[in-house]
Amino acid sequence: MQDWDLEKAREAVQDLKDRTGGVMIALHRIQEIFGYIDDSAMPMLGKTFNLSRAEVHGIASFYHDFKRSKPGKYTVKVCQAEACQAMGSEKLTREIKDFLGVDFHETTVSGDFTLEPVYCLGNCACSPNIMIDTQTYGRVSIAGFKALAETLAKEAV
Amino acid sequence: MVKLYIPRETTADSLGAELLVKAISTEAQYRNQAIEIVRNGSRGACFLEPLIEVETDNGRIGYGPVALEDVPDLFDADFLAGGDHAKKLGDVAALPWFANQERLTFARCGIIEATSVTAYESLGGYVGLKNALAKDADGIIEEVKDSGLRGRGGAAFPTAIKWRTVADCQADQKYIVCNADEGDSGTFSDRMIMEGDPLSLVEGMTIAGLAVGATEGYIYLRSEYPLTEKILNEAIAHAEAAGYLGDDIQGSGKSFRLEVFMGAGAYICGEETSLLESLEGKRGQIRFKPPLPAIEGLFGKPTVVNNVISLASIPVILEKGGKHYAEYGQGRSLGTMPFQLGGNIKNGGLVEKAFGLTLRQLIEDFGGGTFTGKPVRAVQVGGPLGAYFPNALLETPLDYEEFAKAGGMLGHGGVVVFDDSVNMAKQARLSMEFCSVESCGKCTPCRIGSVRGMEVIDRIVSAKDADTRQAEHIVLKDLCDTMESASLCAMGGLTPIPVMSAVKHFAADFEKGF
Repeated sequence: MQDWDLEKAREAVQDLKDRTGGVMIALHRIQEIFGYIDDSAMPMLGKTFNLSRAEVHGIASFYHDFKRSKPGKYTVKVCQAEACQAMGSEKLTREIKDFLGVDFHETTVSGDFTLEPVYCLGNCACSPNIMIDTQTYGRVSIAGFKALAETLAKEAV
Repeated sequence: MVKLYIPRETTADSLGAELLVKAISTEAQYRNQAIEIVRNGSRGACFLEPLIEVETDNGRIGYGPVALEDVPDLFDADFLAGGDHAKKLGDVAALPWFANQERLTFARCGIIEATSVTAYESLGGYVGLKNALAKDADGIIEEVKDSGLRGRGGAAFPTAIKWRTVADCQADQKYIVCNADEGDSGTFSDRMIMEGDPLSLVEGMTIAGLAVGATEGYIYLRSEYPLTEKILNEAIAHAEAAGYLGDDIQGSGKSFRLEVFMGAGAYICGEETSLLESLEGKRGQIRFKPPLPAIEGLFGKPTVVNNVISLASIPVILEKGGKHYAEYGQGRSLGTMPFQLGGNIKNGGLVEKAFGLTLRQLIEDFGGGTFTGKPVRAVQVGGPLGAYFPNALLETPLDYEEFAKAGGMLGHGGVVVFDDSVNMAKQARLSMEFCSVESCGKCTPCRIGSVRGMEVIDRIVSAKDADTRQAEHIVLKDLCDTMESASLCAMGGLTPIPVMSAVKHFAADFEKGF
């Protein structure tokens, strides 16, 4: 994840002006580079896609994926939907929250992990599931999660 | 050279398949054994993943579920020659789980290298498109009509009628949009076909384009499926290179272009008008209907919006004929349906069968009962907006009309099983909570009703006496009636279904607290 740089963000989305739903692609792309979408991107995106600042804000705030402040190095999503509930995700969620010492939408003090809820990762025959960044993990136990988190935390240093 | 199949697919990947590929390659090199690893999709037996198959003279011999620590053992057991090992499953195609299915749409899934055009063609791929190119638009739509195919996304609207409507519209541009925003909990068939046989979707959309006169297509894919995105883009590139996409498809003079568009984690974008708004780069808020998307869809142009499975079923219909497809199924539910078994289930995964088997057959014969071994207490069919069925309703045949009669809906074919530890009042509250988190906010019954719904359920379970509880139940019923009849789309309109089914079949849970 790079530090926020408005100029770099502007350059990154210039080719999307005429694409279908270009502003959505732009928001994804900016987040991929910087980990979030800074407020200063709103007027820039408005200008690029011929939208008002309010419209861009409306789009960016509508979708769960788009983050508006810098997240931890890893984003951990824990599935809260029915199939995972049937396999004890409520307990797993509680244990993960306790282990990381954060609630949903919060980042650990170390800055390593941001915890988010998610409704279904499409791996419902191997519940409970979590996703770390773009990687899905099935049949997750708290012991497995702790081991994984510790490995990732070491890599993050 | 021994050929090995290791899935490149989310389920297998979530259980360590990528690590296995590395470990097996290294081990083979170390032992000086020549292997070729083919990346197929999953065959759908999720409980066997990661499932490794070895091509031998006696068929494809499977081993699974394989853990990383099994790798040296497998080599010691000479698995490359089909040697015996505790994880050996034998000829995969002959396993009852697969042998008892009726695979039409998923016939190739998990068998072939997922993104290879040559492999796809070797098992009937692109025959459907060639047949379609030999017909006129009416001929294609007639074939789809004969198949009796109804939208597999959940609404079960006849696909041919939708296509006919778009075909009859006069416009300078029409679109084919594939709804791959598979957000319903308990469903994963869209993902599996897109990862395991993506070209069937590409071919299906191309045929749809020919049928209605559209030259541009979009696959609106949910962002929770990053691996799927990669695989789809590869498949599209391969189809273009082979002359099956782009200008002048196979020298026919017809053109069709296809693009993958990523959603951003909004469940409501699985609703077709909301999806179109999102694809136009807006907030995913639903539109009023009419006008139907078939008449005024993407950018106001006539648009076919179909689910992944509907479109991926088109190639086999054009290949083998609509009548062949319609020989499967019963009543008005014709053809096959890929049912997805998830939640608390021993042998979970994808089961493609003709409509008509009972829910119990699916859960017991294929699923082998619950994962925990405890009795089944509740089953939710059709995603988070589907009804909860008690054990007594498990004899219901899986058929659109039969399910509607029993107060449920088949939806996208997702089946989530719960054992007897489930608290159904909690599940009812979850339905309301989910609606409140994912509501697009356009209409009041859904936006406000879902929040009030959580509060009422909280008051019911914490009620001090029966009279108070009864009074709150009346409020809940009234609220659900309002949501059902006054919401703009299915999100608010169907959320009462799981809630009221929990109240109806599991009333006692509402008396014992969370």
